[in-house]
Amino acid sequence: MTKTVTIQIDGKAVKIPEGTTIFNAAKEAGIEIPHFCYHPKLSIAGNCRLCQVEVEGAKGPVISCRERVRDGMVVRVQSDTARDVRKNVLEFILINHPLDCPICDQSGECKLQDQYFDHSLKPSQMTWPKVHKPKAKTIGPQVMLDDERCVLCTRCIRFCDEIVGEHQLILRERGDHSTIDVFPGKQLDNAYSLCTVDLCPVGALTSSDFRFKKRVWFLTSTPSICTGCATGCNIWLDHCDQKVYRYRPRENEAVNQCWMCDPGRMTYKAINSDERVLFPIVRNDGAYQRTSWFEAMARTQQLLAGVNPEGIVGIVSAEASLEENMGLIRFLKECGVTSFVWAGRSPEPQFVDKILRDADRNPNTHGVKMLTKTRFGKETKGQAFVVLGRLHGDDLTTLVSQKPKAVIAITDILPANEQWADVVLPRASHAEQEGHMVNRAGLLQKFERAFAPKGESAPGWQIAARLAGAWGKPLGFTSAREVFETEKQHYDVV
Amino acid sequence: MTLVITKNFAGPNMARLDVAMKHGAYVTLEKILAMKPEAVVDEVKRSGLRGRGGAGFSTGMKWGFVPKDTTKPIYLVVNADESEPGTFKDRAILEKDPHLMIEGIIIASYAIKAHTCYIYFRGEFYRQWELMERCLAEARKVGIIGNNIKGSGYNLNIIAHRGAGAYICGEETALLSSLEGYRGWPRIKPPFPAVEGLFGCPTIVNNVETLAVCPFIIREGAAAYAKLGTEKSPGTKLFSVCGHVNRPGVYEVPLGYPFAKLLSEECGGTIEERKLKALIVGGSSVPVVTGEEALGLRLDYESCAGCGTMLGSGGVIVIDETACAVQVLADLARFYAHESCGQCTPCREGTGWSKKVLDRLEAGLGSSEDLNLLLAIADNMQGKTICPLADALAMPIRSWIKKFRTEFEDHVRLKGCPFPS
Ligand SMILES: Cc1cc2nc3c(=O)[nH]c(=O)nc-3n(C[C@H](O)[C@H](O)[C@H](O)COP(=O)(O)O)c2cc1C
Ligand code: SF4
Ligand code: SF4
Ligand code: SF4
Ligand code: FES
Repeated sequence: MTKTVTIQIDGKAVKIPEGTTIFNAAKEAGIEIPHFCYHPKLSIAGNCRLCQVEVEGAKGPVISCRERVRDGMVVRVQSDTARDVRKNVLEFILINHPLDCPICDQSGECKLQDQYFDHSLKPSQMTWPKVHKPKAKTIGPQVMLDDERCVLCTRCIRFCDEIVGEHQLILRERGDHSTIDVFPGKQLDNAYSLCTVDLCPVGALTSSDFRFKKRVWFLTSTPSICTGCATGCNIWLDHCDQKVYRYRPRENEAVNQCWMCDPGRMTYKAINSDERVLFPIVRNDGAYQRTSWFEAMARTQQLLAGVNPEGIVGIVSAEASLEENMGLIRFLKECGVTSFVWAGRSPEPQFVDKILRDADRNPNTHGVKMLTKTRFGKETKGQAFVVLGRLHGDDLTTLVSQKPKAVIAITDILPANEQWADVVLPRASHAEQEGHMVNRAGLLQKFERAFAPKGESAPGWQIAARLAGAWGKPLGFTSAREVFETEKQHYDVV
Repeated sequence: MTLVITKNFAGPNMARLDVAMKHGAYVTLEKILAMKPEAVVDEVKRSGLRGRGGAGFSTGMKWGFVPKDTTKPIYLVVNADESEPGTFKDRAILEKDPHLMIEGIIIASYAIKAHTCYIYFRGEFYRQWELMERCLAEARKVGIIGNNIKGSGYNLNIIAHRGAGAYICGEETALLSSLEGYRGWPRIKPPFPAVEGLFGCPTIVNNVETLAVCPFIIREGAAAYAKLGTEKSPGTKLFSVCGHVNRPGVYEVPLGYPFAKLLSEECGGTIEERKLKALIVGGSSVPVVTGEEALGLRLDYESCAGCGTMLGSGGVIVIDETACAVQVLADLARFYAHESCGQCTPCREGTGWSKKVLDRLEAGLGSSEDLNLLLAIADNMQGKTICPLADALAMPIRSWIKKFRTEFEDHVRLKGCPFPS
């Protein structure tokens, strides 16, 4: 067992295990010491020198990110000396900084701006020409580098080396001409390259995708889950005016720490895509036509009434939330349907890696399997199908080959060339509803609603409730929470 | 005068093993191989030898820092990166008596129980490295190095490695990074190399000259060495003298030797007997002293400290009255700005900024505020970085401005350099 020591930080006594760094001890005590290079998941570089504090008896200021506490240590973060040291480090960092905040994507979420406002506010004494370095340089498929903005904290290099295990970023040149770079002929193209953009405290590394799309202060961040694979990385879903601009990892030690993969990040695009179904659709004479909810419900009722409930199969989705799946099953059960299977994307073994990614590209396979064990396939027989979510590849072929009498699709995405449903009901994406998914480790994870459903779409459970209402069998669900609370008792969901 | 290092410098072909042996090279081997390694460490400790790379730390004590119970390999690394402006004394050893250093390497390696030694040459020391390769090959052939040295069961492999030519790789931890194949970046100490050095193993880094002294200590005994020099600075030291002197070169004198004597006798005085303006005594990074101070200075660690400077590497730069203080300091700033590894903020930005301020001052475009700015930059970088390179510019900035302030002010007032170019 490690010994507990007592130290003083700004006059406050802090009890902390021996061997903790001053930085972390201060954090425990609720004091955030400004820093650039330190990151809890990376090795300690100690190069930015911003985290220097005063320690009684030490020869000079010490870097708190590395110095470990000793019993009786007296630390000052807010002394004049410590404040001056930080001011001076910030002054050094700023002398060659281009100060192009007005055109910098990081502006508004930039640590250099924050630190300057919080700890310096000293006017510039720099009346000499600044060092110029490459700007807007493409260093990989996802990332652009503005070298002049770089504070050379080496977080990005350490991330690639230590977390991804690929030595893709390097430092070139020396002194104030030092620059981040890639090897000649190589690029920053690992599957987690956009994490360097998150890690970069300034606007040196920016996402080619997000660049110049939106000022960050217009964005609202909603806690959500990446739907790119079964890992279910926790994310911030950043949006404005019913449009998603980006995903950023949200810290969760049990799932994704503070990382997520590049392909996962790009899955937000589906929410904004042109393939979104925004209003009900019916097939008339082999062609899709927009219709009203009223018409679509009537057609659904008419089609399903022509089939015996035993002939109806409910296909639930590994891509939809527990609530949507539970809601649909409840409705169909009320109608006497007994046959339920699940579908989703087929596994992609090449997607898997040792860091986060899973071969199962569905976010809720674990969850949907708690509702029905049977996978949709060639053995699934039925005359009519009510399908939640998309059908992919072979599943679609299987469905079409059965020449069903009726197919009702409740989906958010409908590629123009997929005309397999008789009625398409517009489902809200996960950004537009709240709910739960269960990740590969069996962890029940909640995601929140970022904005109202687009167009005339609605969450799957709500569509199910509407259908039930039209059938004269109201379910009484008015929220995802109600669905979850009433339905979970029927399943083994913790 | 007893010569410890340069005794055979005048001999032709000292790099040939047979010639070197005729001059007594490797006679200490039998003696140390019969000793316990700890006894060798003690002997060197007793001699009072202080590291000649610049810091002047007790060599015997440093050797004693290797953890006794380590199960990892132990390395000796020879610092032959000599890149400090004004310092060229190691080069003399490497060229004029390379076997003396190899003998020192064997003694040190045996003492710290190392079986592998790397010699890290600065990139520009190509010829010296080539010569060393030849010497090592010869020594290997006759079993002076390699496996089972002289039937003792002791193995020692020596590898000569060339850096790519960066001053910072002379800093011991940067040297180790470079040797491992990484960018030559200093590491934060502690851990010190003696505990966690090359490839994470205990490593002793020693300067070329430090090692070249060891054969004498073993051969003649610690007491004989300690008798030379002063009490706190035992032994002799090489001084590489350059600048405005009639006979620049490398001289060995006992520590405590008066600088005035070195200047007038060994170096033949200043050129055209011009007035001595300033002296940089220990390589470009130490604080400058004025001509008057220099003429009363004794060349040892304690006298230098008493005079507000450092003995450093023994790279003596003599500056006479024709030189412009601003130009000298601007030159130094250009060097350090160019050689800063760029890793930590205060040094990376502070050296570059100082250079810009000084360039402008030198060109007569400076303002009266610039001096205070320079002093502030010096304060804000010294002691706040990973390695002492920032200090190596901060100290000259402070001392040059303190001692030659009017010259700096003249540049501002006259909008140019008062010295004829
Ligand atoms: C910037 C810098 C450059 C240095 N360059 C050299 C060098 O070229 N040669 C050298 O022996 N020591 C150099 N040193 C000192 C080494 O770090 C180290 O202290 C020395 O090699 C130890 O050897 P010693 O104990 O035998 O003196 C340098 C130190 C610094 C901070
Ligand atoms: S690019 Fe960003 S993360 Fe990388 S070293 Fe520069 S400031 Fe740090
Ligand atoms: S690993 Fe999976 S859940 Fe995580 S970001 Fe990538 S696709 Fe999304
Ligand atoms: S002080 Fe200068 S040379 Fe030393 S590590 Fe920092 S930047 Fe590099
Ligand atoms: S955070 Fe401690 S030195 Fe950068």
